[in-house]
Amino acid sequence: MTIRVLNRDEMAVETEHDVVTVRRKAQAVAHGRGLSTFAIAAITTAASELARNVLAHARRGTASVEAVAADGRSGVRMVFRDDGPGIADLPRALAGGYSTARSLGLGLSGSRRLVDEFEIETAPGKGTVVTVIKWARF
Amino acid sequence: MSRGTIPILRVADNLLVTVQTELHDQVAEAFQEDVLAAVEKTGAAGLLIDVTGLDIVDSYVARVLSDTAKMARLMGTETVIVGIRPEVAATLVRMGYAMPGVRTALNVDEGLAMLPSRR
Repeated sequence: MTIRVLNRDEMAVETEHDVVTVRRKAQAVAHGRGLSTFAIAAITTAASELARNVLAHARRGTASVEAVAADGRSGVRMVFRDDGPGIADLPRALAGGYSTARSLGLGLSGSRRLVDEFEIETAPGKGTVVTVIKWARF
Repeated sequence: MSRGTIPILRVADNLLVTVQTELHDQVAEAFQEDVLAAVEKTGAAGLLIDVTGLDIVDSYVARVLSDTAKMARLMGTETVIVGIRPEVAATLVRMGYAMPGVRTALNVDEGLAMLPSRR
């Protein structure tokens, strides 16, 4: 499957306000791509969780929000990138309820359940890259 | 009664808090403090938190809301969260956080009916 990127917005994630900016961008792009109300809420919430994760664990990073298309489908892809400490115990982090920062520990596990595609690249000391996609259903 | 952007109104023996702004960290902390201070000052029998205006509730905001309800309960005031939108309910359940232990109602009228009266 080839994914075509129609538009990309790259944003810094360094403050609480940036989390709000990323969330709004995700919401606007999802709306523009014709996602349903439920899907918009899902991808916007995932944006919030993943941007907060960047702040909580790495203090700073970037977020890119993309309007994408593939096989006639329309969707939103987001990439969250940081040079933080990385995740040592990934299975545990993905299982949920595990938190090293002040949160419910649902950032990764919760976001994963909200999107259609979820990929994570991380290693101790190597930072973390999380890529998610939400498709519009027709 | 409130120093932030979130109005806190008295309705009979209860307090009605309408959340319309996004609760990012600073607003969330002020929200919690303001609401609990108002509970203490008024001796309200019940607390209604109306979240109809929120189209997004992430796990952080969900925790702020449920913590506020638990704190108010410790003070002796029951809380009902009202107006959770369908897409917000769906998102929270899918994330695995259905706000356990928090009472909810469809709207303000139904929420008020669930609260006790001091009289």
